Amino acid sequence: MAHKNVIPFGPQHPVLPEPIHFDLVTEDERIVDAIPSISYVHRGLERLIEKRDFIDFVHVADRICGLCSFMHAMGYSQAVEEIMGIEVPERALYLRTIWAELSRIHSHIFWLGVAADAFGFESLFMQSLRLREVVLDIFEATTGARVILGVCKVGGVRRDIDAATLKGIVDRLASLKKDLEELSPVFIDDYSIRHRLVGVGYISQQDAYTLGCVGPMARASGLAMDMRTLGYAAYKYLDVEPMVETTGDCYARCLVRIREMFHSMDLIRQAVGKIPEGPVDLKVKGAPNGEYFSRVEQPRGEVIHYAKGNGSRFLQRFRVRVPTFSNIPAMIKVLKGSEVADVPNIILTLDPCISCTER
Amino acid sequence: MGEPQEIIPIEKSDLVGVVAQLSAEGYRLVQIGCSTLESAYELNYSFDKEYRFKNLRITVTPGEEVPSISAVYPNAFLYENEIHDLFGVVVRNINIDYGGTLYRTAIKTPFSTENVKLPEPPKQKAEAPSQPTDKPKHQGEIPGVQRD
Repeated sequence: MAHKNVIPFGPQHPVLPEPIHFDLVTEDERIVDAIPSISYVHRGLERLIEKRDFIDFVHVADRICGLCSFMHAMGYSQAVEEIMGIEVPERALYLRTIWAELSRIHSHIFWLGVAADAFGFESLFMQSLRLREVVLDIFEATTGARVILGVCKVGGVRRDIDAATLKGIVDRLASLKKDLEELSPVFIDDYSIRHRLVGVGYISQQDAYTLGCVGPMARASGLAMDMRTLGYAAYKYLDVEPMVETTGDCYARCLVRIREMFHSMDLIRQAVGKIPEGPVDLKVKGAPNGEYFSRVEQPRGEVIHYAKGNGSRFLQRFRVRVPTFSNIPAMIKVLKGSEVADVPNIILTLDPCISCTER
Repeated sequence: MGEPQEIIPIEKSDLVGVVAQLSAEGYRLVQIGCSTLESAYELNYSFDKEYRFKNLRITVTPGEEVPSISAVYPNAFLYENEIHDLFGVVVRNINIDYGGTLYRTAIKTPFSTENVKLPEPPKQKAEAPSQPTDKPKHQGEIPGVQRD
């Protein structure tokens, strides 16, 4: 029997964009156990709710994460709106959907770039991040910001997008789609990438379900689970289809994200075609008295924003259960039995967001 | 409006049995969350099956132990360690117990009842009986301030 070694992996590692640590227990080159450690940068943002008025707190929710900024603000706002029985104007719901789907596109393109970098594909990394700029430019043009958008609020959104700009977004996404159609075959067909991903990091459909996988990780294992089908924001008016693969390996997770980028572009096109005229926000009166679990589909999967209020301007409790936290048990399961050389690819294809996890 | 959500308060002693029943029915564990009350903790166990969202709720006092559900749902260990480290709620028999090292916080159990001050509920405005006034009030008049 081989001697057991413990290899520390992270919190600083070339393929880890954010701090998470694993103690990898190995026998030869095979991993027999993986013990994760988090909380290197835990911020305790949830408790800031005690010091911020529930209307202002949306700015804190916005800052939980850079990549999912808008969706955290939207999830928080939805929770408060449900408690208070606020009917958000239809146009605001469509605008939220458009910004949410743009966030998904730029998060997935960013993931493609980071993954390419991990494979040693420098030029592919640069190509991916160049294409991501298109989405960031749209953010800047429509919200005035590129990362923390700050455009969602309780009761609607802070800015409107005029018809000409909406048409411009669709045109720019059509052009981006052509570029991504050139780029994605490299991820799908390249021999080296397939060699690194196919059959690696397999997780069965049953394991994905019982271990609480969410987002692309669950869908790559054959679970057709997508919170957008709940019909929040304007998704109830759009043709949402969960992108599902069945092989459950790293390659399947890559394919799911690629297909989701194109689907998000289609959803934006649909939303722009159906967006009604009207106000984009309404005046919020009173304070939340009750509780609600808001569920939103982020780029990494289902996120829960729980809010509880007692009628005062300060909420009693705000909790976020982020998708990465939910995917960690499956991450441990996948790492067990894999080769040490595959660890970076496995962790990357799970797309961990430690900024969210360390909320 | 949003999806319908069910919150079912149960006794702590029934927790593992009810959770095992939900597991047998095919529910997945979505999350376990904890909230600090005035002198107690409220634990919410959230489950989902085909987009039906169901919550079990137990309330425990500080120092009271809670049974782990990680034997039924192996992914519960992360939530249970989190609740232990942030709230100080002791969870018995977690399948992977970090022993208080999952979160490295500057202060111990930052979300516990000793550390959290809950907001006061708004005071109800008492309806004062209307009294006739001799002098009509001028617009912009500030109570307690005399004007020339």
